[in-house]
Amino acid sequence: MSNSMDFLLWVKGPAFEIALFIFVAGIVIRVLEILLLGRKTDLSEARSSEIMGAIRTILNRSIPEPGLLKKAPFTIVVGYLWHLGWFISFLLFIPHIEVIKSLTGISWPGLPNQFVDAAAVIAMVSLLAMLIYRFNHPVLRFISTREDYLVWLVTFLPLLSGYFAFHHTFEPYALLLGLHILSVELFLVVFPFTKLMHAITVFMARWYNGAMLGRKQPDHTEVQS
Amino acid sequence: MFTQDSLGKILKNHGVSRRGFIKFCSTLTSMLALHPGMAAKVAESLEKVQRPSVIWLHFQECTGCTESLTRSHAPTIESLIFDYISLDYHETLFAAAGDAAEKAMHEAMQANKGKYLLVVEGSIPLDNPGYSTVAGHSNLEVLQKTAKDAAAVIAVGSCASFGGLPNADPNPTGAVSVSDIIKDKPVINISGCPPIPVVITGVLAHFLTFGVLPELDNLGRPKTFYANTIHDRCYRRPFYDKGLFAETFDDEGAKKGWCLYRLGCKGPTTYNACATVKWNDNTSWPVEAGHGCLGCSEPRFWDAGGFYKALSIPDSDVRNMAGYAAAAGLAAGAIAGYANNNKKQQMIKKHDAISVDDWDEES
Repeated sequence: MSNSMDFLLWVKGPAFEIALFIFVAGIVIRVLEILLLGRKTDLSEARSSEIMGAIRTILNRSIPEPGLLKKAPFTIVVGYLWHLGWFISFLLFIPHIEVIKSLTGISWPGLPNQFVDAAAVIAMVSLLAMLIYRFNHPVLRFISTREDYLVWLVTFLPLLSGYFAFHHTFEPYALLLGLHILSVELFLVVFPFTKLMHAITVFMARWYNGAMLGRKQPDHTEVQS
Repeated sequence: MFTQDSLGKILKNHGVSRRGFIKFCSTLTSMLALHPGMAAKVAESLEKVQRPSVIWLHFQECTGCTESLTRSHAPTIESLIFDYISLDYHETLFAAAGDAAEKAMHEAMQANKGKYLLVVEGSIPLDNPGYSTVAGHSNLEVLQKTAKDAAAVIAVGSCASFGGLPNADPNPTGAVSVSDIIKDKPVINISGCPPIPVVITGVLAHFLTFGVLPELDNLGRPKTFYANTIHDRCYRRPFYDKGLFAETFDDEGAKKGWCLYRLGCKGPTTYNACATVKWNDNTSWPVEAGHGCLGCSEPRFWDAGGFYKALSIPDSDVRNMAGYAAAAGLAAGAIAGYANNNKKQQMIKKHDAISVDDWDEES
């Protein structure tokens, strides 16, 4: 690789293919493993719709439980800020939408750059704050594993390199863009085999719990699930 | 062939006024990003300087760089300056042919040993010397011989600078750039397909004025002209920042002059002066004409994933790759699932049933 353009072409070509292969195959393997473990058939008569219960739980659990904000304000506030900042900078930046469109054929309108820029800063500051919190909280620090720090790093790097690339912090730009894409590839490779999988399994878990509760729930009764 | 008249005298004889000359020097000074006070120094130096001998070689190329230089600026003062360097050998512009041409080149090389500038247009094939020859001599041989006594080598165009089109995948001739071969001389890359004429004359003028070549970037290009990306200097940049993009070449966005990123503009990765210097005597440039930047002044721009694909999009057929990955994942997941279930069954089998009696025994 003689120059930054060669590097960029490598990360956009062969490296992306490798990362995408591991990402897609990894997710399919893990999801399939979970599904194939199976559950015992519930022989009781269903009182209510499983599907409705599942959807309700998926939505409900995105909202913090009453009282939790008082108990763990940092986790709730920073957790929300981080996820929102990340979603905005990942999903609403036009060059990212172009990538998603090229992969899936689906596209949507993006945001002006200033908003995306601000969202990325919010996401990065939140991540840093969470790392400091993790270090300083005795219990959190005790239960933290190497995987937790790895996950933090591979999540933080795409944001940081993307921020640098967007602001042309270093020259040449092709190198910065290449590093950004490479950091995303690292994220993709690590994703299926770490806690990052929660982005997918969270919905499976909520679906399962929600369906189970929905089945037991008497008709036409709103029960907090 | 070799006149000893100074450039100032030659220009005067050709009816270029003092005012016109100073104006040119001021423009040049600002383009070279020198202090405005340097204009007088530039004028003084250029006026006194004798025409340096320039030998211009053509290798694997389309002569577009020469075309760009000779046509687009004629008859401005830049081309006059260029005419009045002593262009002692140029296969396209030369009236002489055959032995006479070769003789002229050798005379110029002898007379200006160690002082002449060598300009190279085109890439050099290394796979087989027969792919490109001039008068029976391979490009490699001609380059090595001519560069030996040159003061500096100027690689004009992306072929000479980085290999260009001949070097594009699969590079059938084994084409390489000038700097891949010449290691013991200063090599300056004036990339572009073709390069902006005033960039070529600007580099020559810098050499005439100061006797040294300008400061170069990491790809050997003069920083004066290649320090900024097209994207950073583009007049459409505000639309990029606002998130306003043309989706096709004839939609409302295109008509309103919105950003061409989604149509494949390579402006963000391309370092060149098109957005500020423009083309055809400052008339327009590709993005102003409604087409995205191709990135022609960057290495391997022919292989950079397609001119009409947005810069962020992966180059390869990722959809197919995702399909294979999903298939592989399904197969591996099914095997893993089967193994897990087996394990589960075995554990169930191994599990001894206990009863209240067992508990009694233990207690």
